[in-house]
Amino acid sequence: MATVSMTVNGRSVSGQCEDRTLLVQFIRENLGLTGTHVGCDTSQCGACVVHVDGKAVKSCTMLAAQADGSEVMTIEGLASGGELHPVQAAFREHHGLQCGFCTPGMIMSAVDMIKRHGGQLDEKTVRAELEGNICRCTGYHNIVKAVLDAASKMGDGARIAAE
Amino acid sequence: MGMEGIGARVARKEDKRFITGKGKYTDDMVVPGMKQAHFVRSPHAHAKIVSIDTSAAEKMPGVIGILNGAQLSEDAIGNIICGWMIHSKDGSPMNMGVWRPLAQDTVRYVGDAIAIVVADTKAQARDAAEAVVIEYETLPVVTSAVDALKDGAPQLHANAPGNLIYDWEIGDAAATDAAIAAAAHVTEMKIINNRLVPNPMEPRAALGVYDEGEDHYTLWTTSQNPHVARLVLSAFYNVAPENKLRVIAPDVGGGFGSKIYIYPEEIVCLWASKRTGVPVKWNCDRTEAFLTDAHGRDHVSTVKMAFDANNRITGFKVDTIANLGAYMSLFSSSVPTYLYATLLSGQYNIPAIHANVRTVYTNTVPVDAYRGAGRPEATYLLERTMETAARELGVTPAELRRTNFIREFPHQTPVIMCYDAGDYEASLSAAMKASDYDGFPARKAEAKSRGKLRGIGMSCYIEACGIAPSAAVGSLGAGVGLWESAEVRVNAVGTVEVLTGSHSHGQGHETTFAQLVAGRFGVGIDSVSIVHGDTDKVQMGMGTYGSRSGAVGMSAVVKALDKVEAKAKKIAAHLMEADESDIVIENGELKVAGTDKSVPWFQMALAAYTAHNLPEGMEPGLKEGAFYDPSNFTFPAGCYICEVEVDPDTGKTEIVQFVAADDFGKIINPMIVEGQVHGGLAQGIGQALLEGAHYDPDSGQLLTASYMDYTMPRADDLPSFQVSTTETVCPSNPLGIKGCGEAGAIGSPPALINAITDAIGNNDLTMPATSQRVWAALASAR
Repeated sequence: MATVSMTVNGRSVSGQCEDRTLLVQFIRENLGLTGTHVGCDTSQCGACVVHVDGKAVKSCTMLAAQADGSEVMTIEGLASGGELHPVQAAFREHHGLQCGFCTPGMIMSAVDMIKRHGGQLDEKTVRAELEGNICRCTGYHNIVKAVLDAASKMGDGARIAAE
Repeated sequence: MGMEGIGARVARKEDKRFITGKGKYTDDMVVPGMKQAHFVRSPHAHAKIVSIDTSAAEKMPGVIGILNGAQLSEDAIGNIICGWMIHSKDGSPMNMGVWRPLAQDTVRYVGDAIAIVVADTKAQARDAAEAVVIEYETLPVVTSAVDALKDGAPQLHANAPGNLIYDWEIGDAAATDAAIAAAAHVTEMKIINNRLVPNPMEPRAALGVYDEGEDHYTLWTTSQNPHVARLVLSAFYNVAPENKLRVIAPDVGGGFGSKIYIYPEEIVCLWASKRTGVPVKWNCDRTEAFLTDAHGRDHVSTVKMAFDANNRITGFKVDTIANLGAYMSLFSSSVPTYLYATLLSGQYNIPAIHANVRTVYTNTVPVDAYRGAGRPEATYLLERTMETAARELGVTPAELRRTNFIREFPHQTPVIMCYDAGDYEASLSAAMKASDYDGFPARKAEAKSRGKLRGIGMSCYIEACGIAPSAAVGSLGAGVGLWESAEVRVNAVGTVEVLTGSHSHGQGHETTFAQLVAGRFGVGIDSVSIVHGDTDKVQMGMGTYGSRSGAVGMSAVVKALDKVEAKAKKIAAHLMEADESDIVIENGELKVAGTDKSVPWFQMALAAYTAHNLPEGMEPGLKEGAFYDPSNFTFPAGCYICEVEVDPDTGKTEIVQFVAADDFGKIINPMIVEGQVHGGLAQGIGQALLEGAHYDPDSGQLLTASYMDYTMPRADDLPSFQVSTTETVCPSNPLGIKGCGEAGAIGSPPALINAITDAIGNNDLTMPATSQRVWAALASAR
């Protein structure tokens, strides 16, 4: 057993877990933050994407112990003060989700993507960048629209703010 | 339509919780004292179980209990059943082999469950499962349905000689043979419909809770139809009587058919909760899902289509062998029969049709309905054959289809279905216009200048949704009715709750069902709550599959709304001393037509509950229920046109344009309908280009059992789609809805394969059309 401490969505947390505990298990089972999902176990589907120290990470590929001392943001921490993040709002506006299971990981990946590219995203880039996030419901059509729209609304400021 | 009523492009109410991570799926549920389960599964595709030794595993840390099939039998838990009886053409009933929720004597596919381990944590349960020692005596294996029918093939079930489940036929064999004999031209093909794994993104899960004090069971489960689960768990599996069993399907992360069925794990978790005295949760990992979720398709067919000298189809003859896997899943028998062969007339006037279907046991996971269920298989045969015939006859694909379109309705086909309404010319024209079909030769020439092979293909599909009426499906062998229920509760403050037996697992019912109420009573959709997925809240329902929630589920809501409206008008008329026939409902008010007298909706509702001033003899309250049993199937139809570019050096196919023109009848929310089409197209394109379940023929091991081996469509595999709709109203339900959930998956595979074969000049191409296969087909064509 190990004691792991980190900041999750701005709150300091610590918990005891087996050494083999994955970050996603720690988030879901120790912290009860069930918005982060497990869809595949082989780091293909991206339903478990969270941000660790500002970067998108598949939380099923990382031990909880490896995130010790890190700043973690999950889907539950993305909206601030009751205000949806522009990517969340765009997913709703463009019907970028159906069953909702891949959605948290999809949104966390999209936020990271926009941070890295700013408002300069085009469809081809968005599709290529979403290679690590699988959706079975939407055919990606409206997800791509949502990401492009959020990127254009956030503009170049999104990238500068991230740097 | 109002701003939020029928036809409005309303953003979804349910999205708020999903985009903020507040959805509640089965694996998110936590109850006091909950423990974790892991299943011990067969590593062999076919073997006798010689012995099971759990002694070492029972001593492992955290282990609470290990249960196997012997204990399941002690408690008289029933066999898993197939609920649709099919008779062979000789009149004999289908040969249903015994399927125990935990295998006792014999295992028949890799993944067959043998024991459940319950422990404090998932990791402990998994560790202990690995310490269970099972001795097997392996048996010969067969994974292909064609091979399983051969003499000397390994035999799976004693009551199914030759592995044959049934040998069924439909249509007129003599008339079809005569048409083929007299034909001016016959197009013949051998067509394989590849085996698919449904892969909803949420893996299956179950949480069984036994309450000793009340002798009551609760099951949280990833189900598309919790009421059917409760019925089957009670009536057939003998876990608990219905009044002592609550089944809850909370947020469910996609289904596509694979969550219709009641699997061994749900039965066993519920039963194990009583046996072990703790709540038992199981959550499937992805490889387990590949191994144990019911697969889809897996047909091998030969077809002959006969034409007269005017290119009119005179006969269509089909012979199909369908692989149903190791056991008969809940609705497996209906898929390659009544959901398949009854659609073999397509959009065409075909005087004679005959289909023979043999279903077969193999050492693979059971096969059942997957998005489209039988209709994609029928459409693939027809539309590949039509495109091939057009090439052979030297006419354009559009011309051959136009020559044969059904143009008068109702139209009785030779294979049971009576099409009620449609305009196939309209969807064909719309798709050809949207795709600039006439400009294709110029685009092909331009692609050639870049060294690319450009091809175009079309598909004109029809499907049958909202399976019904119950008496008719009962006469065909269904063990259930296919109606739907609804209850509309108007609260004293005028807000509305709609209870429905339909289940939403991505379809957006919380929005579209609320739109019906908003449109009818002029209340905002935020004042309307949709309640579903809980057998303690909704009395009974048949769930969501087969694109039935709109045509059947919403029609039940409409019937209940009719009753609510009638009573509301009586109350309002009484309050305003007017005649109820003069009352109209507009913008949240009940008005006396032609006057300035009105009562707000909420005031009428309050009056219904205070009951101080109701019409003489009227019961207080405002709550009405309805059951709706449709009079016919619905028949969505449309035309898809796909354009591809193939790289001749690599065989890589790029979809450069995909156009869909669908007729879904009336549409409640176009945004949601478009989303359903997008998703269906992606699954159909996945089947045609990327996906395929492969079992090793010698060992029966599933070689495609993770996302590293089974190619799920990614964003960069797909184009943006051009979707549009045409409309003929469905005459058999009050809203005129046809259904839209499966069309994309049904119509798209032949359009894509027709396009690729057009590009490469070789018609011999099997799905999935991987780069390797396309490259090989190109090489053999040269």
